Amino acid sequence: MTPRSPARRHASSVTGSVARDTSFPTRLQPFAATALALVTIGIPLWLVVATAGKSRGEALIPNLTPPTHWHLLENLGEVWSQGEVPAAFFGSLLVVVPAVVGVLILGSMASWILARRATRLNAVLYALAISGIILPPAVITVVLLLRQLGLAGSAVGMIGVYMGIYMSTVIFFVTGFVRTIPTSLEEAAQIDGAGPVRVFFHVVLPLLRPVLATATILVCLYVWNDVFYAFFVVGGRLDTLPLNLFRVAGAGLYLNNWHLIFAYVILMSLPLVVVFAVAQRKIISGITSGAVK
Amino acid sequence: MLTATDTPVPDRPLAPPPASRGPAGRTRRRPDRTHPMWFMAPAFAILLVFFFLPTAFNFVYAFTDWSGFKSAIRPVGFDNFADLASSGTLFSALRVTVVYAVLVAVFQNLFGLGLALLLERDTWLNRTLRVFFLIPVLMSALAVGYIFQALLKPEGSLNQLLSEIFRHDVDHAWLGDTHWTIVVVALVHAWKWMGLSMLIYLAGLKTIPEEIMEASRIDGASRWHAFRRLRFPLLAPAITFNVATALLGSMNGFDIVQATTGGGPARTTEILNIFIYRTFGQGLFAQATTMSLVLFLLVSLMAFPVIRILRKREEIL
Repeated sequence: MTPRSPARRHASSVTGSVARDTSFPTRLQPFAATALALVTIGIPLWLVVATAGKSRGEALIPNLTPPTHWHLLENLGEVWSQGEVPAAFFGSLLVVVPAVVGVLILGSMASWILARRATRLNAVLYALAISGIILPPAVITVVLLLRQLGLAGSAVGMIGVYMGIYMSTVIFFVTGFVRTIPTSLEEAAQIDGAGPVRVFFHVVLPLLRPVLATATILVCLYVWNDVFYAFFVVGGRLDTLPLNLFRVAGAGLYLNNWHLIFAYVILMSLPLVVVFAVAQRKIISGITSGAVK
Repeated sequence: MLTATDTPVPDRPLAPPPASRGPAGRTRRRPDRTHPMWFMAPAFAILLVFFFLPTAFNFVYAFTDWSGFKSAIRPVGFDNFADLASSGTLFSALRVTVVYAVLVAVFQNLFGLGLALLLERDTWLNRTLRVFFLIPVLMSALAVGYIFQALLKPEGSLNQLLSEIFRHDVDHAWLGDTHWTIVVVALVHAWKWMGLSMLIYLAGLKTIPEEIMEASRIDGASRWHAFRRLRFPLLAPAITFNVATALLGSMNGFDIVQATTGGGPARTTEILNIFIYRTFGQGLFAQATTMSLVLFLLVSLMAFPVIRILRKREEIL
C-alpha cells in the first residue's frame, strides 16, 4: 500500500486523532471555513449592526459601509422608548414563560407514564401525542374555539395554544429520554413509601434536567420568535416582540427607517443569543442526542 | 424522532417476572399505584382542547360560509373548495407550497451536510464557527426576512458587491422575479435553518464507529470513497430527520416569505399560510379554514410516504 495521492497519504497517516494531519485539504480547511462563515453569516450580520448604527439619512438605503458616526446606542434607545418595546417585551415574557414552564412540566408528567407503562393503549396515545410534531395546527379554527371559550385575545388563550402546539415536541424528547434512565432510583423511593407525585417531582424530574434543557431552548426558540400564531390569537390585543416588529416594520411607521428596524432586530434577538451563549455546550449536545437515535 | 414515530417500542417489560414478586412487591409494583394514568390527563387535556379540537373544527368549518360579514354560519358543502379550485388559487398555492418545501429541503440539507463535513474535526476554530452558524437559527425568522429584504433590494448590498466584483452595474431585483424569487426565498429559509441541520449531521457523523473508518483507511479507501460508501449510508437516520423536518416544517412556513416578498411578485411565492393570513385579514374565514384544511391534508399525505421512503432506505443498510 504505497501512498500515491495526497488523499491516500492522508488516509494512511492519520491514526486516531493523535497523529498530525498535513494533507492539503486539511491545511486549507481553517481558511476555507473561516472565509465561508465571514461571507455567509458575517455579511448579513454586519449589515444589521452597521445599519443599526447609522443615522436615518445614512440608513435610507442599507449598505455595508460602516457608519460615519456610530449611533447604535441612540437608535436602540429610540426603539426602546418609541417602539413600545417595554410593553411588547413584557407581553412576550407573559406568554413565553408560563407556556414553556407549563408545557415542560405537563409534558414530562405524561412522558414519564408513557415511557414506564408500555401498554397497547399507551402506544396509541404516544403516537397521537407526537403527531403534532409534523401536523400543522389549525390556526383559524383555534381562534373560533378561543372565542367560544371566552379566551379570545387573552394571554391565557395564547399560552394554551402554544402549549398545545409544542406539547408533542416535549413528549417526544422526554419520553425517549425517560426510556434510557434506569428505574432503580424510582423503585428505591417507592420502597421508602413515596407516592407518585413525590417520586415524580423529587426523583424523576431532577433526572430529566439534560433533556429539559434541550426542550426549553427548542420551545423558547419557536415561541419567542413566533409571529404567525400570535397574529391570529392575540393580534391587536396583546403585543409581543415579534408581533410588534411585524406591525411597525410592515406599517408605514418604520418605512425607510432601516436603522430602527435593525436596532429592533438586535434588541429582540439579544435575549436568546445571551441564553445560548451561556449554555451553548449543553444545548448543542442535548439537541443532537435527541434527534439521532 | 422518526424512530419513535413509526414504532413506539415498549422497550421495557413493566411487570417483573412473577417468581420474584413477593406479597410486598405486589402492592409496590402495581403500575396504577406507582405510575398512575391521571398523570397524563393535563397534557392530553391541553392537546385535546388546543390541538385536536381545532383540527376537528377544520373539517366542519371548511364546509360552511363562515365570514366576518355576518353572524349566521350555514353549511355550503364543497362550495369553498369549488370556488378556490375554479379561481386557480387552490392549485397555484399548492404548487407553490410544494415547490418551496422541496427547494428548502434540498438546500437546507446540502448546506447542513456541507457545513458538518467542513467543521467535523473538534478543533477550537471549528467549535467557534459552529456557534457562529447557529446565530441565524436563534434569530426570529421575521428578522431574517427583513435582513434579506434589505440585502436583496435592487440597490441593496448584494448587487453592490456583485457590481464591484464584476466591474459593471448589477441591479437585479432578486425578490421581484416571477420565476426565480421562490428559489431565492427558499435559499433564505435554508440559510436560517442550516445551522440546526449541521448540528444533527455532526451528531450523525459522531455515531459512526472509529473502527469502520480505520478499516477503510487500512484498505486504502480514498476520502471521497470512504464518504460515499461508508459515511453517507450511515448518516441515514440524520438524513431522515433533517429531510422530514425541513420538508414538513417549510410547508408550514410563513415569516420568511411574508417578510421578504409578502407572497409576491404576482403571487408566485404565495404559500398556503400566506394565503390563509391574507384571506383571514379580509374576513373570509371559511376560505382561510378551507386552505388550512388543505394544508393539513397536504402535510399528512406527504408525511407518511416521505417518512416511509426514508425509513426504507435506512433498513436496507
